[in-house]
Formats: sequence, C-alpha cells, structure tokens
Amino acid sequence: MSAHRHSSPLAITGKYLALALYVGFALFPLYWLAKIAVTPDKLIYTEGTALIPSSFTLENFRSVLLATDFLFYFRNSLVVSITTAAITTCIAAAAGYAFSRFDFRGKRLVVAIMLITQMFPLLMIIAPIYKIVAAVGLLNSLTSLIIVYTAFNIPFATFLMQSFFDGIPKDLEEAGMMDGCTRFQALRKIVLPLTLPGLGATLGFIFTAAWSELLFALMLINSNDTMTFPVGLLTFVSKFSVDWGQMMAAGVLALVPSCLFFIFIQRYLVQGLTSGAVKG
Amino acid sequence: MARIELQNIAKNYGPVEVMRDINLEIEDGEFIVLVGPSGCGKSTLLRMIAGLEPITEGEFRVDGRRMNEVQPRDRDMAMVFQSYALYPHMDVARNMGFSLEIRKAPSQERADKVRDAAKTLGLTSLTARLPKALSGGQRQRVAMGRAIVRDPSAFLFDEPLSNLDAALRVEMRLEIARLHQRLETTMIYVTHDQVEALTLADRIVVLNAGKIQQVGTPLDLYERPANRFVAQFIGSPTMNILEVEPTDKGVLLKDGTVIGISPGAERPVACDLGVRPEHLNIVPQGSAHFSGKAELVEHLGSDTNIHAHVPSIGQVLVRQHGHFPLKTGDPVHIALELDKVHLFAPDGQRLDTVLGSG
Ligand SMILES: Nc1ncnc2c1ncn2[C@@H]1O[C@H](COP(=O)(O)OP(=O)(O)OP(=O)(O)O)[C@@H](O)[C@H]1O
Ligand SMILES: [Mg+2]
Repeated sequence: MSAHRHSSPLAITGKYLALALYVGFALFPLYWLAKIAVTPDKLIYTEGTALIPSSFTLENFRSVLLATDFLFYFRNSLVVSITTAAITTCIAAAAGYAFSRFDFRGKRLVVAIMLITQMFPLLMIIAPIYKIVAAVGLLNSLTSLIIVYTAFNIPFATFLMQSFFDGIPKDLEEAGMMDGCTRFQALRKIVLPLTLPGLGATLGFIFTAAWSELLFALMLINSNDTMTFPVGLLTFVSKFSVDWGQMMAAGVLALVPSCLFFIFIQRYLVQGLTSGAVKG
Repeated sequence: MARIELQNIAKNYGPVEVMRDINLEIEDGEFIVLVGPSGCGKSTLLRMIAGLEPITEGEFRVDGRRMNEVQPRDRDMAMVFQSYALYPHMDVARNMGFSLEIRKAPSQERADKVRDAAKTLGLTSLTARLPKALSGGQRQRVAMGRAIVRDPSAFLFDEPLSNLDAALRVEMRLEIARLHQRLETTMIYVTHDQVEALTLADRIVVLNAGKIQQVGTPLDLYERPANRFVAQFIGSPTMNILEVEPTDKGVLLKDGTVIGISPGAERPVACDLGVRPEHLNIVPQGSAHFSGKAELVEHLGSDTNIHAHVPSIGQVLVRQHGHFPLKTGDPVHIALELDKVHLFAPDGQRLDTVLGSG
C-alpha cells in the first residue's frame, strides 16, 4: 500500500485509533469472559465491575476439568462438529462444482428449493424434526445431531463452494483437458488445489456453526452421555445459582478448538491463489 | 502431423444457430488463420476442433478419421488460450511439462523437453517462478512453451497476442512464424487483427456471422475478395465503397461521371464500386474522374492519407506513397486505377466485370 506512505501522521494516528477502538469493542466480551474465569469466586460480586481483579486463580479451570463432565461434553462436541464439517464440506464441494460447471435439467429448481429452505425460522421446524428423529429412534444420539446439522448447513455451504468454483476460470480446466487430463484429473490436479481456500473457509464456517449450536442439541439430547458442550454449559446454571466462574472457565476452554481450527486452516484462507492464471 | 477436414459443420446453442455450412480442408503443415469481427464464431470453431465444444452437425475428420466424439485429450492438439490459462499453483517448468506429467513420461525426458522449450523461448532463467511473478509477455511465452513441449499434431491458437502491447505483439508474431517454419506442424490461428492474418497465414478463412465468407491466400483476399464484406475487412485503411448505377456503357457515379466497361463485356448489375485507398491517385484536373476538397491530410512519413470530400459522392480516402505536399482545404482531383476497381452486385457478391476506358 503506497497510499499510506504519503498520508499525514495525523491520518495514520486516526486510522490506528479507529482500528484499536474496533478491536477493543469486538474483543471486550472475550476479555470479560477470560477475566471472570480467573477471578476467585468470592470476588465475583464484590469486584463485579473492576477491569482487573485484585487476585487471580486457576481454581475454576481445575474444577471444570476435574469435577464436572465437561471433558465429556467437549469430546461429544468435537465429534459432532468435525464430522458435520467434513461431511457437509464434501457434499457441498461436489454440489457446488456441479452448479458451477454443468447445466442440467432441474438446476434452477434445486437452487430455488435450497434457497427456500434457508428462509424458514428454525423454531417453526423444530417440532417436526423432533418427531422425525424420535420416530427413527435417534433421540439422544450424536448421529441425530450430525444429520440435522449437515442437512441445515448444506445449502449455504453449497452456495459458498459454488462461488469459489465460479472464481476459478474455466479455461484452466480446459487447458488441463487439452494437456491430456480427464475431467476428473483436471478437477483433482488443477481445480482442487486452487479451491483449498474455499474448502478451508467452508470447513471453518460449518465447524463453528456446529460447535456453538444450542437449539437442536437442547431438543434432541437429554442424556448426560451425549450432551454437547453448549448444552453442558447450561448445567452450570442450577435452580438457585449460577456458577459464573466455572461457566466462564468452560467458555474459555471452548474457544480453544475453534482457535486451533482456524490457525490450522488460515493458511488456506489466504486469497489470491489463482492470480497469474489469466493475463494481467 | 495432421490433415484436418471440416464438412458441413454447424453449431447451435439451444435454439440459437451460431455457425452453419462450415466446409474447410486444411492441409498437413498448413498455417490457417481464422479472422472475422467479434462474435462471428472464430473461438467457437476453434473450440469445436479442440473438442471443448460439441459439434451440432457435420463431420470433423483428422487424417480421414472421424473425430467428432473424441475427447480433447485424445485429439493430440495443443491449444494456446487468449487468457493463457497457466496453472497458477505450478511453477513455469511444471506448467510447461504438465502434459508430459499427465502422460507419465519419464522425468528425465520431461526435464529435457522443458529445458529445450524454455531455451527456445528465452525462459530459462524463469523456470522456477510461479505465473503470478511473470509479466504478460512472459506468461504468453510460457503458454506457447506448454504447447511446444507436447509436440502435438496440430497447434490451436485463440488470439494469443491480443493481450500484449504493440511492440511485443510484432516480436511474438515473428516468433510464431519462425516456430511454424521450424516445426512444420499444422497451425490454426484465430485473430481479429488482419495484419497478423496477412503476415502469418498460408491461407486465411474470413468468417462473418457464423459463415465462411472466403478462403484464400492473403494475396487472393486482397486482390480478389469474394464479396463486399471481405473487401472491406481485409486491407488497411478500409476500401472505399462508392454507390453506382449500371448503364449500357458502364457504371454511373453519383456525381454523373460515367466509367466505362471494357469493350464486349455485358451490362453490369453493379450497385457498389469498391476501390482501395492505394488505388486512387491525385492527378492533374484534366485526367481526373472526379474532384473534391481535402478535408484532412495525414502525413505518416511513408504514406500520406488524404480524406477528401467529393460533392454528391461523399467521403473518399486516398493514399499516396511517400510525402505528398497537400494541405487541408486544398482542392483534389482524383483518378481511379481502373484495373484495380471492384464492382459488387446488390447482394454484395463481387462481379467479374472489368472496367476500362471504353
Ligand atoms: N454459451 C453460449 N450460448 C449462446 N450463444 C453463445 C455461447 N457462446 C457463444 N455464443 C455466441 O456464439 C457466437 C460466436 O461466439 P465466439 O466466441 O465464437 O465469437 P468470436 O468470433 O470468438 O468473437 P471474439 O472475437 O469476440 O472472441 C457469438 O455470437 C456468441 O454470442
Ligand atoms: Mg473469441
């Protein structure tokens, strides 16, 4: 960016100030989460609004990890989220490729139906879904969650993947085919490597969506064995009190997989992978 | 090596007919250029030959064998795309050797061929770079290299030079001509630049609105255009077209000048007279066919273009060789080189009638 070399120091200061404000605003809830997690129980109410607690403790983390079923919920959530993300992304990639590259009968209809499914408020369909899941005997199973999450995320993920495929010039595949590839080889050796950012973004998006889903998990899961993490968080709310410290500690821990996941995929999220393909 | 035949080829996109009655035979080793205005179907025809676009009707043969249904990868043709279509995630060497990689050629052979092609195209120092780190001209070379490495039976080019600046275009044009001389492989080259067409082609195919207008050598097209479209499309600056009326003795220009036909010829049915700017001359008043006023004089050094306005005939462009001492506003007297003049029938076809002084 050459623009920034020529701007006045005032403009630069202003820009960074605005950025800092924005980042502070966005991250403040996270800070509060972390702060309460390390505040000793007896200080939570007395020092409720202090920015920095007068003493720190890791007691909340210890009791969350050792004295509750938290690790268990955590594992359930990981299973559900990773499986959902993987299945959804595979299906969405295949569907998105077809939408992007082929013309087939009924394409518009399928697109229309997928759009319509996105328009219903979830609350409207939660009862029928419960009935269906109960009828096939999948209540209280992680499988039911995986199926429901996958079904709900496929339309959006498909559109997302389609837009990534649309961004890859058709010429590249055709050049591949002229060079001796079958369509499938062209897909694997040329299109796929260029779609990695798209796959990464889709995986990340679906993973986060499944990781934090509460409504269906609450409806379809009752047994402690198959509770996912968001439902498990609610167990910190008892009839008489809320164990804020433990709840927040659990929340901080819940951020860990999301962060790891995004650190892992972020190098695929770097844009501009196709630059240099066409003229310039 | 390939002899390519197109017989009654037609192409429809759904109900829309974009090409029809395409008949063309391309000899082994020939350099064929497809020209025509934008949207006339040049790319479509090339892509049908490549196998990237299904052929709706007709038969396409290579060395006598029907190829309509053969997959692009089995046609043994290399294509250079207008957009170059380099694989962005592969370095230059891998881009160039990709076809060999797919065919599982031994890596030693692959490396040798890539090195040779890189040397020919002056890319040796760039083989480790990714396409995004190359200039437009270098990318174009890599795209060419990718085609050469394969040693195909025919090369297909779709406006390969249209994204380059003028100087580079001239240089690459020479390079392509040299390549053809060296390889003697059949080449089919699409362009809308008539200079490229005239300089490169053994034969030119002029297309308009999905139909072949004429096939011939560059000189053929220049000297004996089949119709008004070809006459105006080939040659720069464009041919002058003057409206005429046929009479018993010849043709009557709008200003009343009569130009006779050679003795014994039939009464023409011409409605248009075509004459190239270089076949008009500025002459003394007595020997002129018509006179007008110079509205704009362009001194190009090697040539002088005189845009003249002739009463009741209209705009006429005259090109004189070298520097011609004339200023805007000067009166001009213009004579036609009668043996270079073409007459066109109302349907646009060129007539064989030869004009004379008779
Ligand atoms: N998928 C398509 N559906 C319908 N019509 C199409 C399609 N692709 C091309 N056409 C039409 O076919 C005709 C020929 O297109 P083509 O790309 O071959 O033109 P061209 O001669 O290569 O033009 P240019 O010089 O601009 O590249 C055009 O009129 C175009 O509108
Ligand atoms: Mg084209």
